[in-house]
Amino acid sequence: MSLSSDNANSMIGETPGLGVAVSHMAYQVRSLRFQYHLFSRGAANWVLDGLTFEVEAGEILGIVGPNGSGKTSLLKLLAKVLRPRTGDIALFGLDLGAMPQIEVARTVAFVPQESPQVFPFTVMETVLMGRYPHHHGAKWSAGFGWESAEDVLIAERALQSTDLTHLAGRSVMDLSGGERQRCMIARALAQAPQILLLDEPTAFLDLQHQIEICAIVRRLKEERGLTVVLVSHDLNLASQYCDRILMLKAGALFRLGPPHEVIRVDVLRAVYGCDVLVDRHPESGVPRVTMPRYLSTKNVEDRL
Amino acid sequence: MAPLVVTSVALSLICLQFGTQWIGLSQIIDIVGQILREGTVEPELIGTTGVILIQVRLPRVLLGFLVGACLASIGVVLQALLRNPLADPYVLGVSSGAALSVALAILLGVGTTVVAVSVLPLCGFAGGMLSLVVVYRMAVSYGRLPIHALLLAGVILNAIFSAMIMFVTSIMEPNRSAGTMTWLMGTLTAPSYPALTIFACYLLGGLFLLLRQARRLNVLTLGEESARSLGIDTEHVKRMVYVLSALITGAVVSVSGMIGFVGMVIPHAVRFLLGADHRLLLPASACIGGMYLVSADTLARTLLTPTEIPVGIVTAIAGGPFFIYLLVWRKDRFV
Repeated sequence: MSLSSDNANSMIGETPGLGVAVSHMAYQVRSLRFQYHLFSRGAANWVLDGLTFEVEAGEILGIVGPNGSGKTSLLKLLAKVLRPRTGDIALFGLDLGAMPQIEVARTVAFVPQESPQVFPFTVMETVLMGRYPHHHGAKWSAGFGWESAEDVLIAERALQSTDLTHLAGRSVMDLSGGERQRCMIARALAQAPQILLLDEPTAFLDLQHQIEICAIVRRLKEERGLTVVLVSHDLNLASQYCDRILMLKAGALFRLGPPHEVIRVDVLRAVYGCDVLVDRHPESGVPRVTMPRYLSTKNVEDRL
Repeated sequence: MAPLVVTSVALSLICLQFGTQWIGLSQIIDIVGQILREGTVEPELIGTTGVILIQVRLPRVLLGFLVGACLASIGVVLQALLRNPLADPYVLGVSSGAALSVALAILLGVGTTVVAVSVLPLCGFAGGMLSLVVVYRMAVSYGRLPIHALLLAGVILNAIFSAMIMFVTSIMEPNRSAGTMTWLMGTLTAPSYPALTIFACYLLGGLFLLLRQARRLNVLTLGEESARSLGIDTEHVKRMVYVLSALITGAVVSVSGMIGFVGMVIPHAVRFLLGADHRLLLPASACIGGMYLVSADTLARTLLTPTEIPVGIVTAIAGGPFFIYLLVWRKDRFV
């Protein structure tokens, strides 16, 4: 389920920026609260309200929940793209709020749901952008410097990991949805992160590409010891590919645990307000969600 | 970059030959050699041809190159920041905002004083910055900048500013308003060498500062949240590049009026030829933009000799159809 702490420690020790291993927990989140508008009327505007949980190093954690339950906001808070109003987040034991963004970027890579590109950058150029946090040399030249041979090598490895080597010279504008998503994951890998944050990595992808992305994520966890936190709407995908699942309901943590503890009829009824069928996956035995033949939502029952 | 610099120099030499009077390459070399030997540019020594070359044509070609380089570079960086391949200081109304405040300053009599050289660019900056902020505010919705909203905001702003500029010129004294009209349409006039030097330092300094943001601009095209997650202080980069753009546009407009579409045509062509990496795109666009405007200005001053066409008309006639082409046939690439 998760790597032994020895294993995780040696992984952290390799990163130059962090020095000594401080914690085998990738993230420790304590009473996290967040809202977008500071001065909005009413107290009911908390997007996330009092979350406390931990992410173990080397696990794949899936964040699921209904629309507007705060999944994407939570992911952005973990990436430090957004700042929490109260509460704190520790990244391998260090206070995320106090870390410079560029140092966070050397440990955490974030892939947003959509990455529209309107300029004809090649796949290789895009992946090399992931090397920005590792630029060397004086601060004043950081905005212009070129990538080193080492950067190119790391980018090539990232392309290999995502099966994109043959498309390296292609413009990202000409890629299909699945290829573009893989390109963005490769860009994130070029950051040489320990933690990968993915927002709906399989949204808008067809079946084959969904399986492809999931296989890549699984492989990255196993080969590179990456910690992955991914947001998904797809409960079956989360159930099959995640070690643990965090279920959000209206900005609060509803349940956190391995798939068989979270993907249950009673939990789904309480969170989504509708009855579904849950059985076992024929191959892996993890819970599988199916829609019932006749729609029966809680509201309908209530009205009857 | 080296081939581009060589081509730029060669093209400028060719353009120097054209004019009301043809000055051949051998004559140019003669005159330059004479000046270097004598160490003076006295009219008695270098003759009428020499005066035309040194006092009229050369500064105008240099100014044209600078203006073209700046317009193309501003086009590149605005397109990157707004993630919109159709952005251009002219289309977004930044140029007309700058022009309006410069026209106002001229109306109030600044244009006749000695400080004009330094004050007019600052007026242009104020107007350009104001229009950038207004266009941005008008177009942004939920943190996104839809391409059509941005273009529409530019059109509206252009319409309002054009009306105000016409009003300002209509209440000027007749002789001054004629000059202002020619300037507004986009005209290059030979500057004095001290003015050209100040101007060149100011603009080249600005371009250098923009170039230093090239790698960050690359990353910013991934989107602001991605850029922030990659360790870039996006607000700082945006503020810096917008202010620099407004400063440069203001200075360019104050000296040459509204020259349109250079900032849209050139970056597109260069991206097509050399790719989208701003570390190459930005300096290459500056070079090619400079060459483009020097050529356009050569056409403007020779096509209907002895009359001159404002160079802004030449670039608009060449660039307008290109804009239509992008909007009609290539919109699937970015909308």
